[in-house]
Amino acid sequence: MENRPLEYDYTVAKMFMFSTIILGIVGMLVGVILAFQLAFPGLNLMLGEGLAEYTAFGRLRPLHTDAVIFGFTLSGIFATWYYVGQRVLKVSMAESGFLMFIGKLHFWLYLVGVAAVVVSLLLGITTSKEYAEFEWPIDIAIVIVWVLWGLGIFGLIGIRREQSLYISIWYYIATFLGVAMLYVFNNMEIPTYFASGGIGAWYHSVSMYSGTNDALVQWWYGHNAVAFVFTVPIVAMIYYFLPKESGQAVYSYKLSLLSFWGLMFVYLWAGGHHLLFSTVPDWLQTMGSVFSIVLILPSWGSAINMLLTMKGEWQQVASSPLIKFMILASTFYMFSTLEGPIQAIKSVNALAHFTDWIVGHVHDGVLGWVGFMIMASLFHMAPRVFKREIYSKSLMTTQFWIQTLGVVLYFTSMWIAGITQGMMWRAHDEFGNLAYSFIDTVTVLHPYYTIRAVGGLLYLVGFFMFAYNIYKTMSARRIEENELQTASPMAA
Amino acid sequence: MFHWLEKRPFFFAVAVFVTIAFAGLIEILPNFAQASRPTIGTAPYSTLELAGRHVYIKNSCNACHSQLIRPFKAETDRYGHYSLSGEYAYDRPFLWGSKRTGPDLMRVGNYRTTDWHENHMWDPAGVVPGSIMPAYKWTFTNIADVDTAYAEQITIKNAFNVPYNKPIPMKDGSTTTVALADSLSGAHASALEEAKVVAADMKNQNVKDAVANGQIPEIVALIAYMNSLK
Repeated sequence: MENRPLEYDYTVAKMFMFSTIILGIVGMLVGVILAFQLAFPGLNLMLGEGLAEYTAFGRLRPLHTDAVIFGFTLSGIFATWYYVGQRVLKVSMAESGFLMFIGKLHFWLYLVGVAAVVVSLLLGITTSKEYAEFEWPIDIAIVIVWVLWGLGIFGLIGIRREQSLYISIWYYIATFLGVAMLYVFNNMEIPTYFASGGIGAWYHSVSMYSGTNDALVQWWYGHNAVAFVFTVPIVAMIYYFLPKESGQAVYSYKLSLLSFWGLMFVYLWAGGHHLLFSTVPDWLQTMGSVFSIVLILPSWGSAINMLLTMKGEWQQVASSPLIKFMILASTFYMFSTLEGPIQAIKSVNALAHFTDWIVGHVHDGVLGWVGFMIMASLFHMAPRVFKREIYSKSLMTTQFWIQTLGVVLYFTSMWIAGITQGMMWRAHDEFGNLAYSFIDTVTVLHPYYTIRAVGGLLYLVGFFMFAYNIYKTMSARRIEENELQTASPMAA
Repeated sequence: MFHWLEKRPFFFAVAVFVTIAFAGLIEILPNFAQASRPTIGTAPYSTLELAGRHVYIKNSCNACHSQLIRPFKAETDRYGHYSLSGEYAYDRPFLWGSKRTGPDLMRVGNYRTTDWHENHMWDPAGVVPGSIMPAYKWTFTNIADVDTAYAEQITIKNAFNVPYNKPIPMKDGSTTTVALADSLSGAHASALEEAKVVAADMKNQNVKDAVANGQIPEIVALIAYMNSLK
């Protein structure tokens, strides 16, 4: 008995793996549609005049961002938590009926929340605040879902056998706390129906902050939603999955300490870089700029720690597509966390703000870092969860190259688009008058919008290959426990 | 210390929370009261304007249009005076946006007319050749939600002391008053009065008929809102 390995229970992890894939397809598909709408505006009417209201760019845009952030990425975070949590704490979900119940409830309530979000955004029920568009009833549901996850995390930690918390656990705890704090304070709102004695739409609310304050709270939230959804939990994943898959120990414990506490301390200050040259106080804008630069340190700390973990084992990058995904993910993380601070320099921001360069920056981070890391995590989990080898290694390799090409097309076209547009907006003729009307700066972008849409489409195609590969893995050759030590088994 | 924390999840969580929480306090609190003070000449939205603002939000106009003019010559040349904090005092939520796929709208009321908006919302590329903005024809038939706008006005008047029915100082030294009806039917009546002024400059017969019948299509409220942006 004593020597038998623990039987981990992946029921909830599996559920979230499925929602990761489904919501990934939804979010990316809507994104591709939006990209083509910008290049070919006729697509705003793709389902005809009668449904134009529901297929127009404005209605779909929040659906894209929220499906990717709170659908795809959050599902990925939950799926990996319910896998990694048990393994590094050395305790099985099956040991606690309570935690298993909470986990399942967490999943089903989450799905209900997602459905409510999709319907309400299509109907145009939105608060307009980016990544916080949900009206108060959904906000309450989200808080409940979050508390359930918290119960799951701290419940599992409460019955752990391994006393020391592994690095990934630090990051999951930080994700839980960070998002909780940000979400609650940014969504402080008063339901108007109740405050006015029963007049108007029951779901409508009004923000407790106005104007400049509202902007400040929103971007304190918006920037750190990026921190605590797109960065912190993804770092949790790579700290677990890269050492596991490669069989290498994490390069430096001290570097992981520095990066973790550094990231926690610095990230929250940097939100001000979304508000440069706005009406928020100057000192705050400067703080936002300065801390964004400092942020390179902890970000690169994690990324370098991961790259050096591969020291002496670089041939694995050539031989394993799974390692390829993770190494390119940490490389894109380094790239994106250098690009961000550059854009946060005031003089650069004066040019870049409001342009497509910002959109490009978000996407090299999300497609290259977040997307690759979540897919790599699911690829690593699949053989262990389904007890079967990965269906096709060559499909995986093809997917890797198609998606990499997609990301490169995406961000290079958006760089050119953003800088072109920024330069044209500020250009003056020899008399000091504006050189271009606004529409000149729109029509010039058409080729770049087209390239971007193609890049996005390639990424989506790769994602379908990923979904197919995982689906086929569920019926692939059975494998034995001893084949699951480090590198994941893959069929050719 | 870190080894100690890593074995104690509770204290670890407290340490993380303190580390991430205080940046927000230091950044947001000091200027909070000052930033919400209105500038002279800034008035709260009327019922119809607020209903129009809701139409603007419903269609996520802010996904492509900013309402923030930065203090650069190229921006003030194109859009007018750069934005001041107090001008946003009655904006809940703020609508600065983060992407200018279309031009800034902070002061669009200064240089576009009802007539221009009507044509443009019906067929953007017909007014601005090459425009990639979709048409918003459904706003010509959907009816604006005056009830919710009125409910919001009551809420912000009670909760945040928004000065409805009170004298508001203007730049020329005079004062103005934004009336808030004391009943829902009164709110509908005053919104309809405003709507008639907008509809008088429009040519779409269905919209004119609707307003004549006491109904307010979304487009009328939306144009009233955009005309108020100055």
